[in-house]
Amino acid sequence: MSNPATLSATVAGADAAAPALSGPRGPKPRRRFSRRNIFIYGTLIVVALYYLLPLWVMVVTSLKGMPEIRLGNIFAPPVEVTFQPWVKAWAEACTGLNCDGLSRGFWNSVRITVPSVFLSILIASVNGYALANWRFKGADIFFTILIFGAFIPYQVMLYPIVIILREIGLYGSLTGLVLVHSVFGMPILTLLFRNYFTSLPEELFKAARVDGAGFWQIYFQIMLPMSLPIFVVAMILQVTGIWNDFLFGVVYTKPDLYPMTVQLNNIVNSVQGVKEYNVNMAATLLTGLVPLVIYFISGKLFVRGIAAGAVKG
Amino acid sequence: MAAARPMRLFRNINAKIAAIPMVLTALVVFTGGTIWTVVYSFTNSKLLPREKWVGLQQYERLWGTERWNVAIENLLIYGACMVVFSLVIGFVLAALLDQKIRFENTFRTILLYPFALSFIVTGLVWQWLLNPDFGIQSVIQAMGWESFDFDPLYNADIVIYGVLIAGLWQGTGLVMCLMLAGLRGIDQEIWKAARVDGIPMWKTYIFIVIPMMRPVFITTLVIIASGIVRLYDLIVAQTGGGPGIASDVPAKYVYDYMFQGQNLGQGFAASTMMLLAVLVVIIPWAYLEFGGKKRV
Amino acid sequence: MTFRTILMAGTALCAGSALSAADLEVTHWWTSGGEAAAVQQFATEFEGQTEHKWIDGAIAGGGGTARPVMVSRIIGGDPMGAFQFNHGRQAEELIEAGLLRDMTHVAEAEGWTDIVNPPSLLEACTVDGKIYCAPVNIHSWQWLWLSNGAFEKAGLEVPANWDEFVAAAPALKEAGIQPMALGGQPWQSSGAFNVLMATLAGPDVLQQVYGDGDAEMAAGEELGRVFQAAADMREMVQGSNVQDWNQATNLVITDAAGGQIMGDWAQGEFAVAGEVAGEDYTCLPGLGVIEVLSTGGDAFYFPETGDAEIEAAQDALAATLLKPETQVAFNLKKGSLPIRGDVDLASANDCMKKGLQLLADGKTMPDVNMLNTEDTNNQLNDLFVQFFQDPSISAEDAQARFVDIVANKD
Repeated sequence: MSNPATLSATVAGADAAAPALSGPRGPKPRRRFSRRNIFIYGTLIVVALYYLLPLWVMVVTSLKGMPEIRLGNIFAPPVEVTFQPWVKAWAEACTGLNCDGLSRGFWNSVRITVPSVFLSILIASVNGYALANWRFKGADIFFTILIFGAFIPYQVMLYPIVIILREIGLYGSLTGLVLVHSVFGMPILTLLFRNYFTSLPEELFKAARVDGAGFWQIYFQIMLPMSLPIFVVAMILQVTGIWNDFLFGVVYTKPDLYPMTVQLNNIVNSVQGVKEYNVNMAATLLTGLVPLVIYFISGKLFVRGIAAGAVKG
Repeated sequence: MAAARPMRLFRNINAKIAAIPMVLTALVVFTGGTIWTVVYSFTNSKLLPREKWVGLQQYERLWGTERWNVAIENLLIYGACMVVFSLVIGFVLAALLDQKIRFENTFRTILLYPFALSFIVTGLVWQWLLNPDFGIQSVIQAMGWESFDFDPLYNADIVIYGVLIAGLWQGTGLVMCLMLAGLRGIDQEIWKAARVDGIPMWKTYIFIVIPMMRPVFITTLVIIASGIVRLYDLIVAQTGGGPGIASDVPAKYVYDYMFQGQNLGQGFAASTMMLLAVLVVIIPWAYLEFGGKKRV
Repeated sequence: MTFRTILMAGTALCAGSALSAADLEVTHWWTSGGEAAAVQQFATEFEGQTEHKWIDGAIAGGGGTARPVMVSRIIGGDPMGAFQFNHGRQAEELIEAGLLRDMTHVAEAEGWTDIVNPPSLLEACTVDGKIYCAPVNIHSWQWLWLSNGAFEKAGLEVPANWDEFVAAAPALKEAGIQPMALGGQPWQSSGAFNVLMATLAGPDVLQQVYGDGDAEMAAGEELGRVFQAAADMREMVQGSNVQDWNQATNLVITDAAGGQIMGDWAQGEFAVAGEVAGEDYTCLPGLGVIEVLSTGGDAFYFPETGDAEIEAAQDALAATLLKPETQVAFNLKKGSLPIRGDVDLASANDCMKKGLQLLADGKTMPDVNMLNTEDTNNQLNDLFVQFFQDPSISAEDAQARFVDIVANKD
């Protein structure tokens, strides 16, 4: 069976590389308009356009009226810009008798995401710290199981968790869903924190021990202040992951707690007459907006977070 | 490390307390849940779990079911293509970005942004783009190429490739990012030495750099693989498993039988097979890693 | 430490947030235009006639999506006040496990046994002499909806039965009209096949195949003909690239398609679009072959909650659902037939009247949902959705797989 230590061995190289992401280090560049440069930029621009195309289509479709969509070209910018689909998607689209669009789901998602992110990071960081600096006998076994857990298909766990939640009386509640997110966030986050704490100079820890500092004291006074970047990284990963979750939201909550992704699916599937593609696209954009904004604002940190978190995963 | 001395229950007590959530998760949720699922796959549980043992009957039915075989075949096609294409495209893009180019950040941001979107969003966008009446097909036909025929989502033979396009769009950025991190970890001296020896660049990449990046490739592969086995949301949002059952995948089969078909036993049997598939991927990897190196 | 505190805090929180006295959460999957209008009638009547409040818990995406969510809520120990299922065997195990409330006292007080027609509806709610659900409507599957406009465009007479419709298909195609519409969702495919079986081979055959699990009958001559008919239909539906049933109905409404086999709920869509039965569209019950209707439908079930206030609200809702005014208001919007024969539906349109007449004449058959478990239905869905979408499967191969399913059904 795998030993978790080997996981970090895997990435010893990439680990050191993460901070260097900012500076390119490839072979030396040559003249500006060489054939080589034209090839490189040409390829990148074509690829970038391909990647941007869906976003462009989403935006223009959401700003068109239905007649224009039926007649026109999906890539063409709107002739007549209308924000009606956005208003409808946010506040008016119906599921059954509830006609308040995505707005309700948005607040539910906030209520789910904030405590889940907080709790999962708290648990994982303390865990990672214990595993890195206070290793006890048997810890590796649990950690190995945890890492295997990261690869178990969710479907395997779906039903047992219904039973566990029922037995502790949390099924259908917000607390229950927060717990589920914390459990499934644990493997990758624990790994992330464990590797990060391991990479900190050991002398620091030893000196603190000599001074008589205990478990929690070292954690709060030495480790925490030194590991702000990894906390930011973990936060970004968790916010996007939990915000985008669909499966847990639909299985472990009830309609008045449904997160935005579930409402999006509800709205898209509540067809009344003709499919309103513009409303669907506006709803899709609205749902994707939070992770997108976080991604665009945090830019480099997100990239670094994914590199650090995933390469180590 | 710190606490490698003889163990007593109260030694290192704070660390043990701190590890309680991890221990509970590992034992109760992951181990307990998995065992529970495997055990109940030998019953004929329908809507509710019950202990009526039927041996391997659920597994026999599973492998005798056309739909499961379609799902497995789809997963193999999607998986193989996803691994190959995302690794190749991801690596090539990373290598291009690593050429000390301008606007590297801009390009990287554009290539990675789909990863911030959920599979539900990805599936809906590509469903719209590939819609034969409004999407790419109709636009190109309207431009004059009347015979242009590209409607993967409505053609049972190629629908899985339609899903693949969306999957690659969402996931390649991450692979690119991992590869870039790996490339940046390569010692500059290697490039200098290769240049001095007059080795062409593509040869340096293939014969020197890629072998050096083996750990990154392996980890990336495992990440891609675990994502492939879990493929579900994308299918639901983009095709709903259709046309017919042509784009079905194991995860959807599990969900449908467990909850929709009210046949838990069948769903458990299918999810146990999925678990086996994951172990088949992970154990060789763990073995390779464990066999190859000592601890750091 | 932390974990335990969280658990305890969570339990306390959960107990504190239990539904207040008279709020009754009702879960259903009625989200299309006509359906939502119909369920509004229930909410209005319930809130008007009792002091309780209707909390709407709609789940979109049809029964397939909604049922699992409802079942996990009940199994998870956090049940809603009431929920909608199709009549039949879907709730069997929940009843056996004691998770649903016995509503016999309401049924007796309201005299359901005397008013529910046909009585088979109430029988489907009854387990060991106790009544567990409140049937609210009758839906029948065996309808062929034809677009008069489409046939006019192609210069054809509107067909009077299935065979004429099949014969008209090539001419429709020539006129650039999709002969027949079929949505991509699996249940539509198996539903259409079951209609072909019930009408072309007859209700007795269906009863024998699904009711008794008669594999010999399933492998026999009659079913062979049904599979040939299904293959004809497959040719007719080639090219209708829609998913939802109401999108398919919309093709018929807009004269883009010649016809569709769909249950009477399609009626609601025609009504919303302002189409008039007999002028704009034609309906053929029993595909114009055998005039027979299945009596499936929707019923409300009431989970055990152990909360006296909720139980009072459940009783009140059950009684309200079967009141004559509620029945009329709801069924006119839904396009379904009322479960009691003693209400006046003067404002019903032609198609609905045909249905009422058949019902009055007793030309009914049990619904497939009453004969098959969801497991069997799911297998049939898989088989037929593949069959109708993939022309490479021969009718004989499909029948062989069908026989397998029937032989192993429970």
